[in-house]
Amino acid sequence: MDTSLLFIQTLNGLQLGLLLFLVASGLTLVFGILDFVNLAHASLYMLGAFICASLTYAVGNFFLAVLIALPITALLGWGAERFVARPLYARDHLDHVLATFGLILVLDTAAHLIWGPEGIAVPLPEAFRGQIELSETLVIPTYRLVIIAAGLAAAGGLYWMVVHTRLGMLIRAGASNRVMVGALGINIELLFGLVFALGAALAGLAGMLIAPITEASIGMGNQVIITAFVVIIVGGIGSMKGAFIAALLIGLIDTLGRSFLDDIFKLVMSPDAAENSAPAISAMLIYIIMACVLALRPQGLFPPKVR
Amino acid sequence: MNKLLTAALAASLTATAAYAESVKIGFVTTLTTPAAVIGKDMENAVNLAVEHLGGKAGPLDIEVIFGDDQFAPEAGKQATDKLVKQDNVDFVAGYIWSHVLLASRKSVVDADKILISANAGPSQMAGKLCDKNYFSTSWQNDQTPMAMGEVLNKAGVKSLYLMAPNYAAGKDMTAGVERTFTGEIVGKDLTKWGADAQLDFSAELAKAKASGADGLFVFYPGAAAGAFVKQYQQAGLKDTLPLYSVFTIDGISLPKLQQAGFTDALGSKITQEWDPSLDNAANQKFVGDFKEKFGTYPSFYAAQSYDAIMLIASAVAAVDGNLEDRDALRAAVKAADFESVRGNFKFGTNNMPVQNFYLREVVEDADGNWTTKVVDTVYTDHVDSFAAECSMN
Repeated sequence: MDTSLLFIQTLNGLQLGLLLFLVASGLTLVFGILDFVNLAHASLYMLGAFICASLTYAVGNFFLAVLIALPITALLGWGAERFVARPLYARDHLDHVLATFGLILVLDTAAHLIWGPEGIAVPLPEAFRGQIELSETLVIPTYRLVIIAAGLAAAGGLYWMVVHTRLGMLIRAGASNRVMVGALGINIELLFGLVFALGAALAGLAGMLIAPITEASIGMGNQVIITAFVVIIVGGIGSMKGAFIAALLIGLIDTLGRSFLDDIFKLVMSPDAAENSAPAISAMLIYIIMACVLALRPQGLFPPKVR
Repeated sequence: MNKLLTAALAASLTATAAYAESVKIGFVTTLTTPAAVIGKDMENAVNLAVEHLGGKAGPLDIEVIFGDDQFAPEAGKQATDKLVKQDNVDFVAGYIWSHVLLASRKSVVDADKILISANAGPSQMAGKLCDKNYFSTSWQNDQTPMAMGEVLNKAGVKSLYLMAPNYAAGKDMTAGVERTFTGEIVGKDLTKWGADAQLDFSAELAKAKASGADGLFVFYPGAAAGAFVKQYQQAGLKDTLPLYSVFTIDGISLPKLQQAGFTDALGSKITQEWDPSLDNAANQKFVGDFKEKFGTYPSFYAAQSYDAIMLIASAVAAVDGNLEDRDALRAAVKAADFESVRGNFKFGTNNMPVQNFYLREVVEDADGNWTTKVVDTVYTDHVDSFAAECSMN
């Protein structure tokens, strides 16, 4: 196996992992801290992609479109908290699942009505369409590096906010004991609304970043939400650090599995059998990892300290 | 209130009885999920065909009921069952996806209804599972990639990397090109498919590039096509790893690729049994009216759906609207006495079309729209490789 291919595939895995982290971090904030199961979380990923795609054509620049679309998705997230989640906090998880599953159907249909069934391709600025040549055999699409940089920046910003700011402190405190924080005169409802909006903006950002690669399409969120749940289960529900490490882990395992599993299988079985079984096994790989983690550490790899 | 309801129900029942002078066609396609973009094109073509026929097939009114397969075999079978049992249609047509058609097949042919595929062409149904009630207005899956294999041989391509989705048609497509391509296959990736299909091909493209192949053969229909072509361009592979595709760059993906400026699509070579530029009266009328009505070139999905409705109408007219005599009706379908948009149309022993396959190139038309034109004929009156396995010989 040549090393430059391994290097490129590691970068590809890193890129996938960072996108997963953007989706999973919002999911774990809402699930771990607000104790609300939001299946529709990834619908914001889809809406982010669509809004950004439309804006790209309207303003003529992808990055400007991202900047405008971010507050819009945050606002949509806030609305989802206010009108769907808030009335249901006191109910059990099954009610959350039912309501947010309904929300997925509503948002998918709304997207169908607004943008049509065909999806939207998003053009990139000329500068990001090319490739960066690191060496003769190491060529990486520029835009993949942009995604990695944006993902790392968002992760860093989130870490700084949760650990070093007053808002982050309140989020952590609200998660531990919402009654006590409320008694101190903090508006818990506003705080939870902000958490939801933040999660929506992060998921939306992931959707916007992926749109120039896969295009904005209806139901694109449904593909990513299951993997995002795998990430937060592996990482430990409610843990940002866990979500970050697990997202990178899952991204790498998925990408490397797709790239090298058939070669590995060919060492122990006939090429035909390897060719047929490798795609099936690589699609299952992340679930196998999740099952192993659940068996050995049911609370996840990095559960939050205070629950 | 209840009495009123009963009365209304009774009235509606007698109303349907009065309208029995119609031929009912169930049409199964994908109306939700991103693949609905194909379903919409087929729906448009069906409606255009009915309009061109003046809503009549012989003495009968044409009634089309659409069913949604939701891009999943189990949902497709459910939609088919509903059309067969509840709506009691005479024909079931449509089907984009091979795995959906395979799952739905039994429900239709066992009920002695006539099944017409307007796209999917799984090898099994051309061979061992062929049936007197099953016809196709498309092709057997292997044929189009087989034609591409011949094109590659002619072009002097020595080694090839293959990519396709991991389902029935993806396997048929790679088998097809392997059947005729005389060079070496240096690698093959089958990617996850269905409602949660894999759409980021970074890992596979990196592998393909590292393989050192002369060319890349892909099959990515529907919404995946746009994603694939974009990533192919972003990876900068045009000069080192030329792209040869089937069912990927088509009337559906081209407008979007053009809108987003993915110029690598221009000049790419594809094989197909139909093209908007085919010079016959039926095709000119179809393409012209479709463009005028819906604003884009029809895709091959649309052409095959249009032909399916025209085929049904010709058969119903030939038996003068007597749908009870199934043998006569089947014989009339098999005669295929209609003006196909691909010129001559005839069925082989296994009820699959025996037809030409063309090499097409993506070009810009006079109005600046991206479309395709025929540059060569690869196969003339081609019979698929599975006809011999069919017991109807």
